[in-house]
Amino acid sequence: MTTTTPVTFDRRPDEYRHWRLHVDGEVAWLEMDVDEQGGLVEGYELKLNSYDLGVDIELYDATQRLRFEHPEVRVVVVTSAKDKVFCAGANIRMLAASEHHWKVNFCKFTNETRNGMEDATEHSGQTYVAAVNGTCAGGGYEIALACDKILLIDDNSSTVALPEVPLLGVLPGTGGLTRVVDKRRVRRDLADVFATRPDGVKGKTAVDWRLVDELVPRQGFREAVAKRAREIARESGRTGEGGIELTPLEHRHVDIEVRKDQATITIKGPENDPGDLHEEGANGWFLAMTRELDDAILRLRTNEVEAGTWILKTVGDPEKVLAHEQTVLGGKDWLANEITHYFKRTLKRLDVTSRSLVALIEPGSCFAGSLLEIALAADRQYILDGPPIDDEDSDERATIRLSEANFGAFPMGNGLTRLQTRFYGDDDHLAWLAREKDHELSAAEAVELGLVTDAPDDLDWEDEIRIALEGRASLSPDALTGMEANHRFVGPETIETKIFGRLAAWQNWIFTRPNASGPEGALRRYGTGQKAVFDRKRV
Amino acid sequence: MPEKIDYDAKIPNNVNLSEDRRLQRALEGWQPKFMHWWGEMGPTLETQGVYLRTAVSVGREGWAHFDHVNVPDYRWGIFLAERDPDRRIAFGEHKGEEVWQQVPGEYRADLQRLIVIQGDTEPASVEQQKLLGLTAPSLYDLRNLFQVNVEEGRHLWAMVYLLHAYFGREGRDEAEGLLLRNSGSPDAPRILGAFNEETADWLAFYMFTYFTDRDGKYQLGTLKESSFDPLSRTCEFMLKEEAHHMMVGTTGVDRVVTRSAELIREHDTLDIGPHGGIPLTLIQKYINFHYTVSLDLFGSETSTNAANYYTAGLKGRWQETRRKDDHKLTDDARTLEKPAEDGTWTSEELQAILLLNLDLRSEYVADCQTGVKRWNKILADAGIDHTFRLPHPGFNREVGINSGHHVTPDGTIVDEATWQAGKSKWLPTTEDLTFVRSLMHPVYERGKIASWVAPPRQGINGKPFDYEYVYLT
Repeated sequence: MTTTTPVTFDRRPDEYRHWRLHVDGEVAWLEMDVDEQGGLVEGYELKLNSYDLGVDIELYDATQRLRFEHPEVRVVVVTSAKDKVFCAGANIRMLAASEHHWKVNFCKFTNETRNGMEDATEHSGQTYVAAVNGTCAGGGYEIALACDKILLIDDNSSTVALPEVPLLGVLPGTGGLTRVVDKRRVRRDLADVFATRPDGVKGKTAVDWRLVDELVPRQGFREAVAKRAREIARESGRTGEGGIELTPLEHRHVDIEVRKDQATITIKGPENDPGDLHEEGANGWFLAMTRELDDAILRLRTNEVEAGTWILKTVGDPEKVLAHEQTVLGGKDWLANEITHYFKRTLKRLDVTSRSLVALIEPGSCFAGSLLEIALAADRQYILDGPPIDDEDSDERATIRLSEANFGAFPMGNGLTRLQTRFYGDDDHLAWLAREKDHELSAAEAVELGLVTDAPDDLDWEDEIRIALEGRASLSPDALTGMEANHRFVGPETIETKIFGRLAAWQNWIFTRPNASGPEGALRRYGTGQKAVFDRKRV
Repeated sequence: MPEKIDYDAKIPNNVNLSEDRRLQRALEGWQPKFMHWWGEMGPTLETQGVYLRTAVSVGREGWAHFDHVNVPDYRWGIFLAERDPDRRIAFGEHKGEEVWQQVPGEYRADLQRLIVIQGDTEPASVEQQKLLGLTAPSLYDLRNLFQVNVEEGRHLWAMVYLLHAYFGREGRDEAEGLLLRNSGSPDAPRILGAFNEETADWLAFYMFTYFTDRDGKYQLGTLKESSFDPLSRTCEFMLKEEAHHMMVGTTGVDRVVTRSAELIREHDTLDIGPHGGIPLTLIQKYINFHYTVSLDLFGSETSTNAANYYTAGLKGRWQETRRKDDHKLTDDARTLEKPAEDGTWTSEELQAILLLNLDLRSEYVADCQTGVKRWNKILADAGIDHTFRLPHPGFNREVGINSGHHVTPDGTIVDEATWQAGKSKWLPTTEDLTFVRSLMHPVYERGKIASWVAPPRQGINGKPFDYEYVYLT
């Protein structure tokens, strides 16, 4: 399946086709009501609240708005507006008909959305509660797993299930396996039984195995869930009012340029001094830039699959970047907190992007503090040691700046900062870097401190960069994806790294194996009434 | 496998229960729960003995033995049709292989699900008919009600036996679940929608046993083809009993139509309501309702699940072995009529294997048609110019391709407003139901019958209509 129209990620609640968002004081209700005919691509119907990328884009939009537009909301109840069905998971016909990259990109995005829900619970006191009011299978249960609490309707027939292995010959692709054992601490043998049963587990057994937290009677289900939600709301530390509106996206601070196998993302620094975060709202530079960057990453990932190398650039005044950063990181209220975590999540999106990332640091750029994180997220960094290429008489030189932002504000999925990841296990070096923050670092200093890969001078720059990029583009994109993902996440495993690294790698492998994707594979045969034929050799 | 039923055992059976300690313990643990359920959810009316049919063996001679039985003492048990040692799998990818005497691990979950769904419908109708004994039109009908009820109870036993014998602890849990869900319960309703509808009056009962139990016949017919031999044999025997339920429905509606025809002739008007009869238009509305609710039980016209069950050999087609094709269906195509957005009917060609629910439904529709012909013959013989019709399969549907569309009984696709305006002409209204209910007075005197229904042409087991079929207190 291929799309001809590019996918966009900008949504508005009053235009949702698949979700209903309804805020009732400190409790928000997010009801899934998928429009069967509303698939993002032709060729499949979204039956039984199954979802595709379009459904998840709306969910992502809703989670973002809940954080920024509704600081008063402490609990988000995720439930279904359909009778007897919570969610059947990702649409199988969509998956079966999709090209490999689309499947993987879809899984990645859904994972990021689920991680974002957990991030809201952990860092914003906006606790997600799944009110499972009917059949809940595969990706449907993975939505529930991303919630802090799972309430299951006790009607003696509704189940939770991860049927991917027995029914489709693939894995639950949105963290299901990992969250069952790591987050919910389901015993591994029971998890094994659970994930190999196509029919799932219901009622008391689901509670006993820790697959759900509580059972709620069918009669008065909604009231009971509402009551439970209010109790959980009382435990939340989130305080805030006067949410800001996430206005339609404008492309003012982030510029994208695509040339067949290469995309350039240029982030423009702020032009003005920072004002009041609340007054500026969605127009404030930091938030606006983050939203645009987030959107740029998503659109490039989905629509420009052959642009395998991304060049990351910045343009602007580093002092102003740091001033804006100060209002966000130094701000103590909910909005400052939300912007910080949003930028963190956007950087994480960059970290898990399967493209070669190259930061080019040139005179006039503003890789300072928060924006330096973007360079540190890249696989390689090149700084120009000399005058601007088009103005050799200029005394302007490229510099970078470390700030407090580089020492803990934006951890990666492995729980470490990008500097800790870069200098893993080298505490002395990290201590040295800490002493070098808050002042300009020249190209030579950046090399000495190990913050850049190389610093070509103005004579070599164009050739060096061209050769590096062309060389990169000639390598196997699959091997690059694997290598980059390995290098980017050193050190400890977390639920996130397992999901993106371990799980995604296995899923990737399984997706391309004949047992899943071959003409007689489980994914292809699903829905035809014919059984998959497996090559029984274990690999 | 002994054919004779061991009636001395606590649970009558022909599966050598006394030699299987594990199964015996399991079923003996379930039995009191079943009795408790029967006490709570079974017939409300207390009797001193009902002339019931009980199986004493599964062979031709012994399966229908008649006697007065105190209903709660009915010997519910486990009877499987005789085993055919040469039986082979008749369809799907295992075609030609020996049938399975044990559940293959690979199909365990699917088979369990099929059995649980079938099992869930059996006690549901007992629950739906709980109050009917209080308004029975005659002792003969009362007896038939109890016969149907005890046999639905036994069909529950049949499914529970399979769950206990072949599905381990989970099977036992599911067997208990069959008693925990109840028809129309707000907390734990029955799995399928039609089994949560009320059966509030005797005309509804006749319609239910004609249309809804007939769905049961076809579902059992497909399970009878199963490669899992114990399921096949269980269903084969259930089908024998089910035939009687159909008889109750067929002759029940016959007798209502007969009585209405008599009243029309007698009073020379179609408006026989004031004379204690049920008008033909109202009978048609009941047909419309019960038929369409039953069509929903066949599931969606296109079904991957049904196709998977077929390929795996779990559930065949109606009379699979008599079909003249390759019994695999991977290369066959069939046409599906479906409503289009512009209000016309379109057709789509699909793989036959994806249309198995439609295949079964077509068999069912043809079968339902025979009843309608019968009832029309009664009217014709009485010289009444009126015919009953089955509505279009798209009419009043909640499941499948027609749900979400408004289709009139004659198959015209209309808009919401037209549908709402016509609804009271096509389906029973609250007033209609109230009227029918107003006729439902119990008649418990021997040989007497209510005003709205004719007596049967034949009694049970050669007994006359005025036989004392039920001893009341």
